[in-house]
Amino acid sequence: MAEKLLVEAINDCFHVELERDENVMVMGEDVGRAGGVFRATAGLRDRFGPDRCVDTPLAEAGILGTAVGLCMAGWRPVCEMQYDAFSYPALDQLITHVGRYRWRTGGGMEFPVTIRMPYGGGVRAPELHDDSPETYYVHTPGIKVAIPSTPADAKGLLAAAIRDPDPVVILEPKLHYRTLRGEVPEGEHVTPLGKARLAREGTDLTLVAYGSMVPLSEAAADALAGEASVEVLDLRSLKPLDEEALLASAAKTGRVVIVQEAPRVAGFAAEIAAVLAEKAILDLQGPVLRVTGYDVPYPYWQIEDAYMPSVERVVDAARKLLAF
Amino acid sequence: MAQIAAAEHELRRVIGDAEGLGDREVEGLSEGDLLALYRDMILLRTYDERSVVYHRQGRIGTYAIYWNHEAMQAGAAYALADDDWIFPSYRESAIGLLRGLPAATILSWWRGHPSGWWNPADYNVASICVPIATQVPHAAGLAWGKRLRGEDACALVFFGDGATSEGAFHEGANFAAVMQAPVVLLCNNNQWAISTPVSAQTRAETLADKAAGYGMPGVRVDGLDVLAVYEATREAVERARAGEGPTFVEALSYRAAPHATADDPTAYIDLERVEEERTRECVGRYEGYLRRLGVLTDEQAEQIKAEAADVMREGIKAAESEPPADIGLVFEHAYADPPPQLAEDLAELRRILGGSVG
Ligand SMILES: Cc1ncc(C[n+]2csc(CCOP(=O)(O)OP(=O)(O)O)c2C)c(N)n1
Ligand SMILES: [Mg+2]
Repeated sequence: MAEKLLVEAINDCFHVELERDENVMVMGEDVGRAGGVFRATAGLRDRFGPDRCVDTPLAEAGILGTAVGLCMAGWRPVCEMQYDAFSYPALDQLITHVGRYRWRTGGGMEFPVTIRMPYGGGVRAPELHDDSPETYYVHTPGIKVAIPSTPADAKGLLAAAIRDPDPVVILEPKLHYRTLRGEVPEGEHVTPLGKARLAREGTDLTLVAYGSMVPLSEAAADALAGEASVEVLDLRSLKPLDEEALLASAAKTGRVVIVQEAPRVAGFAAEIAAVLAEKAILDLQGPVLRVTGYDVPYPYWQIEDAYMPSVERVVDAARKLLAF
Repeated sequence: MAQIAAAEHELRRVIGDAEGLGDREVEGLSEGDLLALYRDMILLRTYDERSVVYHRQGRIGTYAIYWNHEAMQAGAAYALADDDWIFPSYRESAIGLLRGLPAATILSWWRGHPSGWWNPADYNVASICVPIATQVPHAAGLAWGKRLRGEDACALVFFGDGATSEGAFHEGANFAAVMQAPVVLLCNNNQWAISTPVSAQTRAETLADKAAGYGMPGVRVDGLDVLAVYEATREAVERARAGEGPTFVEALSYRAAPHATADDPTAYIDLERVEEERTRECVGRYEGYLRRLGVLTDEQAEQIKAEAADVMREGIKAAESEPPADIGLVFEHAYADPPPQLAEDLAELRRILGGSVG
């Protein structure tokens, strides 16, 4: 196994998957000549040609809309949205077609499109380069959603998405593109959708997280060392959700704090809390707590750290729950 | 950059009129072709007129009437090969009839029964598109994807005049041009988007003028002249197959019926104009042309109409004899590999409701 940066693991995945299946193509703004603004698609155009790594016009709805037609012609398009918030113009196609077309054909046609984008804040960027839009996607029927937190999963979940017969959205923690390095299996590597990862075992309290909130939760667990034994559950896949792993961890520790970067209201943490309320109430020793972003536009970057869930806020919530 | 001439403004026509324009003939069309086109138009017309009746009888739900759009639908579709794809909007809901899709299936769609949802790959006819203009990028993508595979197929996409104001139209048209996708953009300019006249959609002199901005040719045809639409589409298909990319065809007509069964146009439309348009409707015009040519006899016309009536009688009978859909279908087909929660939901629903609803 080689050590790779998270973004290098994504690039590695593309090289493997485009080689493996000649129906896979990559499309998006600046993905070809430039290799993507984060270099996730570097080298693909040279290796596989401009028809399989396509620089598209600047048109997110057009990218996703033509991807629907490409699927009908037998392709497996992987669409890059350049940034989280710039995927919003494509939501129309996502909601009205991508999530519905298979259903509309009575299951006769497949739409194996992958949509991937860098997401999240903490990178000192201008407005609308910091959003965490997972709820929009996970709320859309017919769409699966996965969010890696490690280089190995960044490769493995993307491969799973590309091979999946259904549309999958992958949100990649851009904060960790070049700050997180880890072991990545060589060659073909698939992390199945719908399987959570126990990032750390513990007995007193569970931190449930995904994406860039996983390393943060691990840091919070470190900070609580000596006080409590903290488990960290990395969901990896929001839909399908690994309920079994979630309920098992809740049963084991009896205390759950969910950490989510996105704004609080109706965020994915609320869904997790609802599942726990419906299915784990007798296992719980106290309320399910959330540490989330706030219900405000993602702030100016000089004060973004105040908005982002921090180790301090997670520790505070954990202590509250431990003392309940 | 492509050298693209400004769009033609003059309406292309083949069928003559009472004002002195003579009939023309379209090169390469045999008498058999002319009659086949007539049969297609009659089938579409009969489907439409029967559907309005079925709606009044409560046998289908809300229905988007396409009366007087048959010429552009049949004419454009006839210019395609079987491998070519058609992307219809709700206004072309029955265009699959011309590809062998059973009337019962389309009627079932308007009845909201799951048997109305077909597999597009069986007919090369995409699903009926409800959100305006969003099918344009699908057609561009399919055509582009076929070209990338070295296949010969092209795509024909229908959309309205109102649709040209939508972003999806723009993105789809631009993509098609940039990728040199073999697609024909057929704009059904019936001059109304529900109650909004085309003059409130755009300041462009004609919709075909938009084509030049995308670097594709734009042509205008009389949308009530089935042969003019056929001829223009055939040219566009030839261009597409030759690798020259998309063409925008504006087929001009006038909506001479309500937008849909739920619409009352008396509040906004000029009823005298509608009456006048109805006297010039497209099926009668083509019938007159065929008779002047001596291609259509009374007997043939009667027989073709009787056959279409039979198709509809059989169609509605078959649609109405579909057994009630199982509630399990609520949960099916959205995913190849559904999230496990859906199975739990269905089991619970069955416990509460038993087998059926309604
Ligand atoms: C995105 C979207 N907005 C609004 C509607 C509601 N709507 C249905 S038909 C229609 C008018 C469309 O007019 P046009 O494009 O000219 O097509 P026509 O109905 O005349 O065939 C509208 C506004 C819709 N279906 N989709
Ligand atoms: Mg219209």
